[in-house]
Amino acid sequence: MKTVITIVGQDRVGIIAMISNILAENNINILNINQNILEGFFNMVMLVNMSQAIISLKDLGQLLGEKGTAMGLDIKVQHEDIFNVMHRV
Amino acid sequence: MFTMKDVNETNRMIEENKLDIRTITMGISLRDCGHPDTKIFCQNIYDKITRTAEKLVKTGEDIEAEYGIPIINKRISVTPIAIAAESCHTDSYVAVAQALDAAAKEVGVNFIGGFTALVQKGYTNGDRILISSIPEALAVTERVCSSVNLGSTKAGINMDCVREMGEIIKLTAERTKDRDALGCAKLVVFANVPEDNPFMAGAFHGVGEPEVTIHVGVSGPGVVKRALEDVRGRDFSTVAETIKRTAFKITRVGQLVAQEASRRLGYPFGIIDLSLAPTPAVGDSVAHILEEMGLESCGAPGTTAALALLNDAVKKGGLMASSHVGGLSGAFIPVSEDAGMIAAIECGSLSLEKLEAMTCVCSVGLDMIAIPGDTSAATISAIIADEAAIGMINNKTTAVRIIPVPGKAVGDTVEFGGLLGYSPILPVSKFKSDDFIARGGRIPAPVRSLTN
Repeated sequence: MKTVITIVGQDRVGIIAMISNILAENNINILNINQNILEGFFNMVMLVNMSQAIISLKDLGQLLGEKGTAMGLDIKVQHEDIFNVMHRV
Repeated sequence: MFTMKDVNETNRMIEENKLDIRTITMGISLRDCGHPDTKIFCQNIYDKITRTAEKLVKTGEDIEAEYGIPIINKRISVTPIAIAAESCHTDSYVAVAQALDAAAKEVGVNFIGGFTALVQKGYTNGDRILISSIPEALAVTERVCSSVNLGSTKAGINMDCVREMGEIIKLTAERTKDRDALGCAKLVVFANVPEDNPFMAGAFHGVGEPEVTIHVGVSGPGVVKRALEDVRGRDFSTVAETIKRTAFKITRVGQLVAQEASRRLGYPFGIIDLSLAPTPAVGDSVAHILEEMGLESCGAPGTTAALALLNDAVKKGGLMASSHVGGLSGAFIPVSEDAGMIAAIECGSLSLEKLEAMTCVCSVGLDMIAIPGDTSAATISAIIADEAAIGMINNKTTAVRIIPVPGKAVGDTVEFGGLLGYSPILPVSKFKSDDFIARGGRIPAPVRSLTN
């Protein structure tokens, strides 16, 4: 199952490190990272594979959501299908 | 593979433009629950609903968390109680409404629809008992919604029921006057009612529906408004195309949620209702879409044309995105639930008469309209008759959800709270229709050719 992680917030050191550590700890493989800085704002979309994950999508969303809030970031974790159905026919 | 732009567009729709799944509604047949003893019948329906819908709310919450799309309501519709309860030896279905209410509370849904009678051609005994039970049923329950279909293109209009419903609405208002006649917000009178509508208060599980089915209602007026901001000043072909594209995207998400809910709950998918359903929240208004097309305020000349285009383009875009479309599908114009409509009433651009014209081209009818508490039952019946006639002649669904608020007059405001919103009291014509309504009988079904 592929999952999309979106991170938006004030740029700082260690955002990608924090996220990728949590993903590695939960056996989640990163497939694609698209990241840029827009007017000082960190903006990243990650595509990950959760088929071997040891955490559920819902729990990952909650975990990253809490970590994100602590770092001043808005982090969303969503099943990729919501984007597929809306943008691909 | 989608792009970063696609991801951001979807999330902007959800976060800024209030795209949401308005409801997952589980339709449950109660046709196998009949029993002469009302107590046993009530136990049967309570058991069946709580057993069937046990996982509905949890499943909705799981899908919401995994896809990151808000699912605002989880609801249940049931077989019209006038049919399901007809074999009970009783003269009141209030206890049945209480059983529905208890079942809704047990499974955690916020509304249960189906305290319903279909009387477009006439009453059965069960229909009479149900309709006479409505005022008390809506007063003593919290989550039960009621509807009555009293006209159709094929059957004409049951004017006896039109007369009775004016009185029932007045009685319901009186019985719930301590809550600003909230009972009337849970009561809809229809012509050409769809039997698979997932939206309240008019939802019920039609007799042609399967045992259990999952319907989904999508929404997103804010998304359409935002899309139209990018084509300001362009011609109407561009406006229609933009609405179609947006409706397509919204409906695809609804289809995804419906399929997932159906799979996880193990019941067949019914229909997607691709309605633009406003809420009182800022940025979630159908009136603001009409104004974005170039009207100074909703209700200005041109409003009916704008709404006609919107309603049609929403259907066209949505139809391509879903395997099964049904319900009401189009644009709702509930006054108290739409910040733009409320503002239009307050500034004087929108009247009851203009709303009636708009119902000729919207997806439903006169919806959530607060009127003076001293409006007579006959006048309310006459408003219902007009609306039913529009539906009958134009082969469309029309409805009336009107609230005569006891003790309030033009200049007052009524607050229903939550999604039901608030509204100024609208003025109603002072000219009487009493003798017209007193006639009773049936208005015959219309001819379907020579349609000038």
